[in-house]
Amino acid sequence: MNSPQHDGPLVLGIESSCDETGVGIVRGTQLLTNTVSSSMDEHVRFGGVIPEIASRAHLDAFVPTLREALAEAGVTLEDVDAIAVTSGPGLAGALMVGVCAAKALAVATGKPLYAINHLVAHVGVGLLQTDDGGPQAFAANANALPENLGALLVSGGHTEILRIRNITADVELLGSTIDDAAGEAYDKVARLLGLGYPGGPAIDKLARTGNAEAIRFPRGLSQPKYMGTVEQPGPHRYDWSFSGLKTAVARCVEQFEARGEAVPVADIAAAFQEAVVDIITSKAVLACRENGITELLLGGGVAANSRLRQLTEQRCSAAGIRLTVPPLALCTDNGAMVAALGAQLVMAGIAPSGIGFAPDSSMPVTTVSA
Amino acid sequence: MLILAIDTSAVASAALVSDDTMESLVGSFSTEDTRSHAEVLAPGIEALLADSGLTGADVDAVVTGVGPGPFTGLRSGIVTARTLAFVWGKPLYGLMSLDAIALEVAESTDAAPEFIVATDARRKEVYWARYALSAGQLPRLLDGPHVGFAADLPELPVYGAGAGLYADVVNAVPGFSSRQPEALSLGQFALARLDTGEQLLDSTPLYLRESDAQVPGPRKRAL
Ligand SMILES: [Zn+2]
Repeated sequence: MNSPQHDGPLVLGIESSCDETGVGIVRGTQLLTNTVSSSMDEHVRFGGVIPEIASRAHLDAFVPTLREALAEAGVTLEDVDAIAVTSGPGLAGALMVGVCAAKALAVATGKPLYAINHLVAHVGVGLLQTDDGGPQAFAANANALPENLGALLVSGGHTEILRIRNITADVELLGSTIDDAAGEAYDKVARLLGLGYPGGPAIDKLARTGNAEAIRFPRGLSQPKYMGTVEQPGPHRYDWSFSGLKTAVARCVEQFEARGEAVPVADIAAAFQEAVVDIITSKAVLACRENGITELLLGGGVAANSRLRQLTEQRCSAAGIRLTVPPLALCTDNGAMVAALGAQLVMAGIAPSGIGFAPDSSMPVTTVSA
Repeated sequence: MLILAIDTSAVASAALVSDDTMESLVGSFSTEDTRSHAEVLAPGIEALLADSGLTGADVDAVVTGVGPGPFTGLRSGIVTARTLAFVWGKPLYGLMSLDAIALEVAESTDAAPEFIVATDARRKEVYWARYALSAGQLPRLLDGPHVGFAADLPELPVYGAGAGLYADVVNAVPGFSSRQPEALSLGQFALARLDTGEQLLDSTPLYLRESDAQVPGPRKRAL
């Protein structure tokens, strides 16, 4: 037995791209701690993440989260081999706090710093083995991601399908949302239906009691003019759009109200969820099939959604795709994923980013590290 | 006592000041622009230490300007100061950023006994505070900091970039009309105050404005 316990570089990862302040520490592929402080409660009354509130919370959470992470992992900053930080994509003001903190940490400790891509980091957690000895997501290939790997990322901040040929050097964006993220659509519809924030869990719960077939909502960007064919792909073959769906839900609610009828909230929630999950999974599986992807990692906070997991599993298995869903604490935004990708960069011998880089709120996935 | 001072309430700046040195200055840097803090601050501090042949172990305290200033820039300095102080295990203090300009006014030749310091708050407003001077004393804060329209300032000489921007409506003092708060003066002010046994602030930012977030109203019914 080859224990990864003492193998690999000790890397501290910092995440602040949205409303979670995360500090994670890994040794190679071994997860030592995943410490997260969330400002979610402060956004509840606004029904969505308010960037300035998130940024203020990051400032106050950073040092306490760092202190807690070091204590939990039982390591000191002197032991750390490298620091990694989310440099983008994300909310500009929120990214700035984590990036400045990481740079200060690098100056104070003299450790090398990696500025890394948040989306690619979501994929990096697939390599992590938790400290309770649980299996790593891609255990079949210790310390290496499988070939023909894709990642479907669904959260309040993003909806993307990626192809990963090499996690440190070759990542491609196959498709993404062209307007709202899926999680954002859940939040907006939950507000329309008076279900509170965050919308995902509320709608998921209520949808179980509703009839998803009572109403049919549109599937965005599914028309032939957007899809095209395999030979001649349309402009949005693997892309999503959720703004039309949100409008359709609003109109539906208004129609019930205008007729003086009770709004069938559970049916609307179920039908909305079905529309979101159907179009996400059908396009993701299409992208996998047409790009030779046989292993799919599901990440992002919406990976917690029961219907999304169920339908993704069904459609992946029908298409012969092996699906991996990391533990939820590693799917939502966190510092461990940043550390995990940082460790891969160190092990691949990639040069650190230095301390002169700027955070990039629209960092493309082709830039794995700055 | 060696202090590392940082201020990013307008431009990005850092300074090493010590009461063992002539004019307290060990080293300092500041940028011209107000938008590149995340890029330039850490390399600037690293170079400052290296050029002075010093390390974090030599620093006795970290001081940060706590604003007021545009939020994102302001936070970049505060989080840097908090992190450095945490890693080095050194005390951390805050100073109101406008104090930096007030000290420079006090050291100028024909300073008025009472004056205003103002900086750009964007959205056609200024951050400002009112100070009093008496011979041989550090400037004393009388009122502020506040955020508001330049035209509503008390009728006193106004120092700082906020005066230069609105010279048509305020009594802008020439020679100071593009002055921004900088870490060097802030650090010197901190040293002088610590020498006289005065308390400094903690590192809580002085935002002065709410986050602008609106609690959404109830959805309009179709009927
Ligand atoms: Zn994310």
